[in-house]
Amino acid sequence: MSSSKEALAHPASSADAAPGDQPGAAGRANGRGTAPPGSSSWRSRLYRWDMKASPYAFIAPFFIVFGAFSLVPLLYTAWYSLHNVQLANLDGQTWTGLDNYKNLLSSDFFWNALWNTFTIGVISTVPQLLMAIGLAHLLNYKLRGSTVWRVVMLTPYATSVAAATLVFVLLYSWDGGMINWLLEFVGIDPVNWRESDWGSQFAVSSIVIWRWTGYNALIYLAAMQAIPADLYESAAIDGANRWQQFIHVTIPQLRPTILFTVVVSTIGATQLFGEPLLFGGVSGSKGGSGHQYQTLGLYMYDQGWIIGNLGKASAIAWSMFLILLIVAVIQLLVSRRLRKSQ
Amino acid sequence: MSTHELTAPQSKAGSGRPRRERPRVMGAGKQLHAGPLTYVILSVFALVSLAPLVWTAIAASRTDRRLAETPPPLWFGGNLFKNMDRAWEEAGLGKAMFNTMFVAGTITVSTVLFATLAGFAFAKLRFRFSGLLLLLTIGTMMIPPQLAVVPLYLWMADLGWSNQLQTVILPTLCTAFGTFFMRQYLVQALPSELIEAARVDGASSLRVVWHVVFPAARPAMAVLGLLTFVFAWNDFLWPIIALNQENPTVQVALNSLGTGYVPDQAVIMAGALLGTLPLLIAFLLFGKQIVGGIMQGAIKG
Repeated sequence: MSSSKEALAHPASSADAAPGDQPGAAGRANGRGTAPPGSSSWRSRLYRWDMKASPYAFIAPFFIVFGAFSLVPLLYTAWYSLHNVQLANLDGQTWTGLDNYKNLLSSDFFWNALWNTFTIGVISTVPQLLMAIGLAHLLNYKLRGSTVWRVVMLTPYATSVAAATLVFVLLYSWDGGMINWLLEFVGIDPVNWRESDWGSQFAVSSIVIWRWTGYNALIYLAAMQAIPADLYESAAIDGANRWQQFIHVTIPQLRPTILFTVVVSTIGATQLFGEPLLFGGVSGSKGGSGHQYQTLGLYMYDQGWIIGNLGKASAIAWSMFLILLIVAVIQLLVSRRLRKSQ
Repeated sequence: MSTHELTAPQSKAGSGRPRRERPRVMGAGKQLHAGPLTYVILSVFALVSLAPLVWTAIAASRTDRRLAETPPPLWFGGNLFKNMDRAWEEAGLGKAMFNTMFVAGTITVSTVLFATLAGFAFAKLRFRFSGLLLLLTIGTMMIPPQLAVVPLYLWMADLGWSNQLQTVILPTLCTAFGTFFMRQYLVQALPSELIEAARVDGASSLRVVWHVVFPAARPAMAVLGLLTFVFAWNDFLWPIIALNQENPTVQVALNSLGTGYVPDQAVIMAGALLGTLPLLIAFLLFGKQIVGGIMQGAIKG
């Protein structure tokens, strides 16, 4: 604090020296010590206004962007979902009430897409998070080159959905594909990953699993490193072996983090779009010849931009949101129940 | 108030070796040396993580006809640069890369700037409804992007902006994640006394931001910049609706490749490789920081 007086006395000299190396000193030096509140009424009024308004000014950009490009569009989407809006005839919008929603509820394709979103969501999320916890546990050991291991596990995250899916399409191709070739090697019949129901859903899920397991492992690893060591020590004194420590110390301590990753993965799974789109190739928006991996996100894109019914697409978008809210409430109730029973 | 305090959270998350003392009790689970089995399992994970990328390069160096044959190629051929060249020219990856550099660069700069301002306000300034607004900010992360794309598409068409890059830049100029990320960092890394000291000397809020907040936030800003760049580079849903092959981003060009724009698997793989290469280079250079950033952002729980 001694430097503050000097800064007041010699504003110019210390302003030259300070910036960069010592943030506090720099701030004080460049304040030039000229405007203690109340030195002049104009200044002090300005100062008070600044104190009051600047927090709002600082958060304004985010809320302006959010308002203009999320909130207002979200409401408009609700409005459009009550209208007949066709891509080919944008001026001819007519009010149709809840017709788009009734239409959805009686459409087999909607229920199919909803079910596919659910099954692909489960197939991709559950193994992914289980593997991530295991991987995090291993990464938490004292490793040689620990940073390198972590970066390697995260590289799939650098690969975009599009690039990853293009590669996996080739790996999963019916004949000449790497995966069927490897299966044949160990004596398993080749699987038609494109056409079969479970095969294609598994293939799409595997892309999600590949891209996100390392990311989630790092999140679990961060949480594991925050667990106090004495919990393990007292467990060890009580005679718990490593596996018991993992089950009775690590997992309970990770519970909030697990809930967080489950919520984030659920949000991601509900929106799943790019992987099934590109996995389908030329007619990707249908989600396979039998719509066997058409998700809600894909169904919305297909109805809106391939078929050109933007009103229906809006109704699908809002249905997705409502489903997500219902799932979130269920997850909240379950986690509360778990916390109580603990 | 030393610089040690400011850099402490970063180095902890980055180096990942916060505790060095040995466990005092045998078998006390934490920070044990890894056995050989651990290395074996980790190697399998590493192989699965890297193999598809390596194989992309192998496939990109072959011909379309060779890729249709069994067994699939396991080593590099001689066509890598030819295929890359075709992807660059015919599939429009060249233009797409420059477009994406511009889009992702702009989004990164503005997100880091705005998120730091907002994060600072939420972390250190007192104002009415700050708690509620922070909660709202976090809540917005739950909204699927699908809920905005229909009106956005119609507006951009009305404005005559279809196929122009600002359509994909504007909606992402600031993110909730970035705001929350900076808030979490500044809460612990920026001592309130520093701000008060500057205030006592009569510094305006902008001065405080410039001379106190930015220097303290610099490590987190760098990490957020990396994460935002990766996110913006890979953004998919809105770009493929708003743009087409005439003026694509990388993901739009890759989407065109996936739907048969250039029906040659080797060229498609070359495109996937080209479109991923800048981020792989970024991971090679800044992998440690990116890992640290993700782990640091995670502790919020």
